[in-house]
Amino acid sequence: MTDQAPAPIVTLTEAKKHFGPVRALDGVTLAIEPGDCIGLVGHNGAGKSTLVNLINGGISPSAGSIKFDQGDDALSAGVRSVFQELSLCPNLTVAENLRISHHELKGFGWRRPARAEIRASLDEIFPDHGIDADTEVDTLSIAERQMVEIAIAFAPRGTEARLVILDEPTSALDAGIAGQLIAHVKRFCADGGAVIFISHMLGEVFDVASRITVLKDGKIVAESLAEDFTREALVDAMGHVAAQEAETSGALQSFGPEVVRTPQGLAAREGEIVGLSGLAGHGQAAALAQLFLSRSSAWRSSKSPDVVFVAGDRQRDGVLPLWSILKNISISILKQGSRFGLVDTNVEANAASDWKARIGIRTEDTNNPVLSLSGGNQQKVLFARALASTAPIVVMDDPMRGVDIGTKQDAYSMLRSEAARGRTFLWYSTETEEACQCDRVFVFRNGVISAELTGADITEEKILEASFEMQQAS
Amino acid sequence: MTLLAKPWIWAWGAAALTFALTIGLTSGRGAGELAYAALSFGAFAAIVGLGQMLVITLGPGNVDLSIPATMTLAATLALKAMGSMPGTALLGLAIALAVGFGAGLTNYLLILLLRLPPIIATLAASLIYQSLAIWSNRGLRIKPPEALADFATGRFFGVPNVAWVGLGLAVLVWIALERSVWGRWLLATGQNMRAARLAGVPVERVRASTYLAVSVFAGLAGYLLASFSGGAALNMGAEYLLMSIAVVVIGGTSIAGGNSNVPGVWGAALFMFLVISMLNSYGAAAGLKNVLTGAIVIAIVIAASTRKGRK
Amino acid sequence: MNTLSRYRIILPVVSLVVLLAATFWMQPRAMSYFGLNLLFNLAVPIALATMAQMMIIMVNDIDLSLGAFVSLVACITATYLLDTPVLGLAMLVALILAYAAMGAMIHALELPAIVVTLGMSFVWGGFALFILPSPGGASPDWLRALMTVKPPFAPMAVVASILIAVVTHLLIIRSALGTVLRGVGGNTRSVARAGWSVLKLKACAYGLAGFFGVLAGMALVGLTTSADANIALRYTLLSIAGVILGGGEFVGGKVSPVGAVIGALTLTLAASFLSFLRLSPDWQIGAQGAILILVLTARLIFSRKGAET
Repeated sequence: MTDQAPAPIVTLTEAKKHFGPVRALDGVTLAIEPGDCIGLVGHNGAGKSTLVNLINGGISPSAGSIKFDQGDDALSAGVRSVFQELSLCPNLTVAENLRISHHELKGFGWRRPARAEIRASLDEIFPDHGIDADTEVDTLSIAERQMVEIAIAFAPRGTEARLVILDEPTSALDAGIAGQLIAHVKRFCADGGAVIFISHMLGEVFDVASRITVLKDGKIVAESLAEDFTREALVDAMGHVAAQEAETSGALQSFGPEVVRTPQGLAAREGEIVGLSGLAGHGQAAALAQLFLSRSSAWRSSKSPDVVFVAGDRQRDGVLPLWSILKNISISILKQGSRFGLVDTNVEANAASDWKARIGIRTEDTNNPVLSLSGGNQQKVLFARALASTAPIVVMDDPMRGVDIGTKQDAYSMLRSEAARGRTFLWYSTETEEACQCDRVFVFRNGVISAELTGADITEEKILEASFEMQQAS
Repeated sequence: MTLLAKPWIWAWGAAALTFALTIGLTSGRGAGELAYAALSFGAFAAIVGLGQMLVITLGPGNVDLSIPATMTLAATLALKAMGSMPGTALLGLAIALAVGFGAGLTNYLLILLLRLPPIIATLAASLIYQSLAIWSNRGLRIKPPEALADFATGRFFGVPNVAWVGLGLAVLVWIALERSVWGRWLLATGQNMRAARLAGVPVERVRASTYLAVSVFAGLAGYLLASFSGGAALNMGAEYLLMSIAVVVIGGTSIAGGNSNVPGVWGAALFMFLVISMLNSYGAAAGLKNVLTGAIVIAIVIAASTRKGRK
Repeated sequence: MNTLSRYRIILPVVSLVVLLAATFWMQPRAMSYFGLNLLFNLAVPIALATMAQMMIIMVNDIDLSLGAFVSLVACITATYLLDTPVLGLAMLVALILAYAAMGAMIHALELPAIVVTLGMSFVWGGFALFILPSPGGASPDWLRALMTVKPPFAPMAVVASILIAVVTHLLIIRSALGTVLRGVGGNTRSVARAGWSVLKLKACAYGLAGFFGVLAGMALVGLTTSADANIALRYTLLSIAGVILGGGEFVGGKVSPVGAVIGALTLTLAASFLSFLRLSPDWQIGAQGAILILVLTARLIFSRKGAET
């Protein structure tokens, strides 16, 4: 670093973050100086949100260091974040939400300055926004909430915003409003502020960013001035540069009649493995949950259900944490062999030991608690739960999340053989590689299907292309 | 070690300890009478406790606050229908259970249709049950039929009949929870309702049947209690609100749901009665008894939460 | 969003006005200073207890011990505060601190508020029995005088209710602290992320609840001139009903102090109205339950309509 250069607001040196065996961030060195506008891009699981959370103080690094030029923490250094999931208090008004993050506002006359401050900030970023500072947030539209959140991040709040992290800030905004935001970000950086801009709209990233940083597998794989990148080069850097040959095993296969068709356009035939792809949070999980719920009941249960569900978010959707492995496997097949409403423990035990062997759950005894297993083996339990049933359709919500490679290989071959027997799989995966193993792939963007790929068209490039908005933002 | 790991052992241990402390005061005299009384009075707490346990097993936010009102209403209507006439005991039982069923259905419909939190739904409904009971009772104290009163206060093999009923119910609930498909569904729903639904569990059916069960149990407890104590009184259920929750918590059932403990409910029911009678025999005032009862419940909730935290 | 769901104050106001009109129609003589005083006689302690419950509901908990707590305060007021004012005052302050500690404990150990407050109801009730084993005691003269003062134009109960509504509105809706407290109910994570100690905020909300609970107990003694250990047990239900009637939500920090005071007045008036109807007192309690269910049904219908438009 030379003496003339302005001191970086934040400096990361070989910052690493491990969650158990998962290396979310694997040594990142990055310095953000006043005036920088960094476009941060990367595919799912590349480590974007981990990096953001390290910088804003949400988590601390496992190794390496983070230094701020002012004060010891992100708050006093003037680091602000706008999160992907909205973090306003819906029961408070716009001005009151500013108060939550503005500790200086006190005493009985606080409302007037709060209103003035949020109004000024909104006016500056989004002229003609039409948002009243005294409306409650839950009466605003999603786009308006997003605007408020951005305005609060840029508002002075007693100190000064110096580095603002925008994580998919335009996802809820229409093109005009997004353009206003981009213009403001440019002004802000020209005046000596810094911004980290994350977006799946590559056009926007090229438009706004002075530098682009590409993350992959927890590392920075490319970093350069924005004008040095082409879109194609960017997509290449995010994906596997050496495009592997897709196995076109499914091309010649023939499938049975169509068994799934949703109003959204999602379709599957008997014996087919259908992939759902695209960036995380673009409506894939919701589409699958909707499909499952519409074809099962909260009142009736059947010995032979129509659909079963394999959860990927094990804690939220899958594992029953107080139970043994055996009970976790058998919950969906309790009605098999039950008499007088009592569970047939033989059927249960047989299914558990059968699937323990077939899917390779690493445990001595299926009566051990399910939480004694590693994440990958817990995932196998959830596979076993679904496959042990007789359901013809299996819905899978990103089941390979945080699973080791061995388990993945086991699961892939299991899926293939089950599909060959006539089962239909709908498989949402955040990993493009996995989507490439499917017979047909639907790519989601902003809650709708942006592409349907079949046969030789299922390639990483095509999926990435359909996941990112390639047009110019404004 | 494995025995100590069973949550119910603590409730039974505490019951045994208080029993010994009380008997110690009289140097052994009256042990039989004390045990008999504990079994009789504990039975009512155990019956409502078993129902409350099922509801609490459904997970956070699930609790039935209408138990006292349902007990009173069921008892009042049953005794009124029987009118002290001989040979009407079964009619009375049927009415009490039907009242319980109706209350459970009302509670569940309020929860489902008005999307109310169970606390508010059962609270609001309980006010109406209470009024119905006051209206139908009119301050009269109708005696139960003699044969029924004899049954409720009688004994069989030296154990009070009401305790037999409570034990029978406990066995039934134990089988339902440990062996039946429904029990598995209930426990799965209590651990994680969303995961259970996604695993194909008919969660609404489970919730509905649980809220019906707790009210039917309350109806039965009210019927037995009124027969036992010679008539229905408007405040007869009052103490069973805290009691039903306390015996569940002390019995080792997790307040976070998904984990029930049938033997613990009985142990805790005996313990709660024995604590009160111990304080009585040491001459404690009514105020002190209440303070200690509340303090014990809170202490056990705290102990349970820190034990969970250490794991 | 339609007007009704946006201005949640409309429903409680309409309920009160309709009930008041019906009462005047049934009993025109009630339309006087004296009549109003009679109708709303017990409204002040109920309104204060409702404020206390509102503080707890505001942070997404529920307090089942409030009735016993108000009873305990009433017992202390009728004995210690009368005989040894300094000791009595110290006890009341200690009770407020105990409430704050209870809130901190519930938050820190992640305990279920229902079970803890239910247990505490026995503790408060036990202390109350300890202090006053049988009904008795007397109201301090100044308190009696304060509660029976006859202000010009409107009776004491009405003036006091307006005062309570204004003060709590300023405290909870207008003040900077109240805003953050409501934020805890709305989105705890975002409040914590902005650098606040949620533990302190929860303790503060519970402490405020204790403070208003103390005021409720004192006001009650001022009106009844004596106390007993069970004097206010039904306040637990009444206070929850008042908050809900007033447009408050069970979760999400959506509360309205003005609405809650109106809700408390409505409940008080409902009791008087039912007696005018010559409806037997048997149905008084049930009518409160029915009103609660009716209002919640009405609100559900309006919010559905609001969601459709």
